[in-house]
Amino acid sequence: MDLTNIPRTMPRHSATFDPHTLSEIRRAAATGIYDIRGAGAKRALPHFDDLLFLGASISRYPLEGYREKCATDVWLGTRFAKKPIHLKIPVTIAGMSFGSLSAQAKEALGRGASIAGTSTTTGDGGMTAEERGHSQTLVYQYLPSRYGMNPADLLKADAIEVVIGQGAKPGGGGMLLGQKISDRVAAMRTLPKGIDQRSACRHPDWTGPDDLEIKIQELREITDYEKPIYVKVGATRPYYDVALAVKSGADVVVLDGMQGGTAATQDVFIEHVGIPILAAIRPAVQALQDLDMHRKVQLIVSGGIRSGADVAKALALGADAVAIGTAALVALGDNDPALEEEYQKLGTTAGAYDDWQDGRDPAGITTQDPVLAARLDPIAASRRLANYLSVLTLEAQTIARACGKSHLHNLEPEDLVALTIEAAAMARVPLAGTSWIPGADRF
Amino acid sequence: MQVVDLDRSTRRELNAELHALKKDTNETHWRVLNPGGQHALAVGLDAPITVEIAGHAGYYCAGMNRQATVVVEGNAGVGVGENMMSGKVHVRGDASQSAGATAHGGLLVIDGNASARCGISMKGVNIVVKGSVGPMSAFMAQAGALVVLGDAGDALGDSIYEARLYVRGAVKSLGADCIEKEMRDEHRAELRALLDQAGLNGECRVEEFRRYGSARTLYNFHVDNAAAY
Repeated sequence: MDLTNIPRTMPRHSATFDPHTLSEIRRAAATGIYDIRGAGAKRALPHFDDLLFLGASISRYPLEGYREKCATDVWLGTRFAKKPIHLKIPVTIAGMSFGSLSAQAKEALGRGASIAGTSTTTGDGGMTAEERGHSQTLVYQYLPSRYGMNPADLLKADAIEVVIGQGAKPGGGGMLLGQKISDRVAAMRTLPKGIDQRSACRHPDWTGPDDLEIKIQELREITDYEKPIYVKVGATRPYYDVALAVKSGADVVVLDGMQGGTAATQDVFIEHVGIPILAAIRPAVQALQDLDMHRKVQLIVSGGIRSGADVAKALALGADAVAIGTAALVALGDNDPALEEEYQKLGTTAGAYDDWQDGRDPAGITTQDPVLAARLDPIAASRRLANYLSVLTLEAQTIARACGKSHLHNLEPEDLVALTIEAAAMARVPLAGTSWIPGADRF
Repeated sequence: MQVVDLDRSTRRELNAELHALKKDTNETHWRVLNPGGQHALAVGLDAPITVEIAGHAGYYCAGMNRQATVVVEGNAGVGVGENMMSGKVHVRGDASQSAGATAHGGLLVIDGNASARCGISMKGVNIVVKGSVGPMSAFMAQAGALVVLGDAGDALGDSIYEARLYVRGAVKSLGADCIEKEMRDEHRAELRALLDQAGLNGECRVEEFRRYGSARTLYNFHVDNAAAY
């Protein structure tokens, strides 16, 4: 036997201890502290990709693609608010703070959303005058930290969003590392410059749903019952959270899945706490239906919305609108391959850059460095965002017309099937080609 | 004097009337009868008026106050004066949890005791408590001063930022990163002024107080502090 030419089995990486896992073990061993990063869950999750629409056929007829109306508008806050919000499209911009984002990026979000006829949202750190000025419809977040919270801004807002949690970190508070605590950010938050800011994870003056009801009453009294009050939760126990938000008097519930982004959070938190948005929508809608509140209390869902197909699927499952965060930042210019050389210098690559906590964003979006921030032209970036919002809407309309719907809100679960058993069980639609909805008989 | 009897009017009517007042209003003195512990009384005010609440108030009395003076003649529920920006809130009885939470300015005076989390996340308000405060008071307190003539409960000033705490009595324990600090002339002057504003001049001496504040060791992430996070 020739012992010199034995074929060798090729080297094999462990599926459990894969190269990414090994590199994280080495990083942890070298530093002694968890990894903090931005963006949302990166692992593969059951998602809208696992659903398909059933277009019109013999039993249903479609609408003409370019001729027949398919409306896209949405009313938010019709339950109690004297001044509910009317948006042209059911795609809103999620809460992102000035601090986590540059002033230019916030301006671009406001301008782009206004062009498209939708709303944008403040974040943990208060409302800037520029943001208010550039946003036709602005939702003011009411967060545990209450950074920058003041009644003057509250009265300038078009709606108030009481934030209980976010999909990237249900149960966790905000975080903004010292590199991004510039003079202006520090002043807005009443904090010393350059500290690593860790926001509270619980509200300071209420605990539980009974208190929340009283807190919402107070906010309504302060604003003379004019403004819609949203309650935002990270997706964990959506049936109960939505039911309790409704019981507490919310006009709108915002439900954020684990793919939703964050400016800075422990990687272990992002990847291991919360559930994907696909799994959260149906229980949330079920809660609204059980309380006879579906379409009366509106449901906004977020976390991994990328395309008009995702928008259409979220609405078909029962949401009234969606919110985008990460996708909006990409539309502004985040992770642009044109900046590859600079991403390489930061030890990463375009498309994978998630060190949003570091403030060294070459695209000038997740930074407070004036030189980097100046790279983002808010006008051009807002045009890109408006274009993208337009495409999301056109795509969703394309699908809705094919299903014979004259309004995006007429999409329904019956229009959908699932490609996987997991997605069928989570979305409560049949596995494609079958009439089987796993778990349907026991829900 | 304007009188609103909450046995005959609703809370909504009261707050709407108070919100409608212009800054140069002549109706500067209001008295609210039969408050009955209702929540959200006299919230969101923004005029230089005085509102006396003739009894007990529920949650969030005088929340987000600007300019106004609100006097609660009984006890106040959770979050009295929460997020106030300016003006004065005076509780003649005891206050429940989270008194003065996240408040940015103005003066909150509590004649009785305050419960847990008094001054939580305070952002510039000055708070004077003539009695004692409960556990976790001044948690994450960012700015302003908390003066306690009585005792403080467990974990005073946990994760405190730049707020200044003055306590005359015993402190059961200090929270993470909160330490006793030297009382310098500027602190004695501030404390004297606060006692004056609270009408306590002569009732106690600044020398009887000890000062507490941030050790600033948790301001930036450091591996060696991991246990404290």
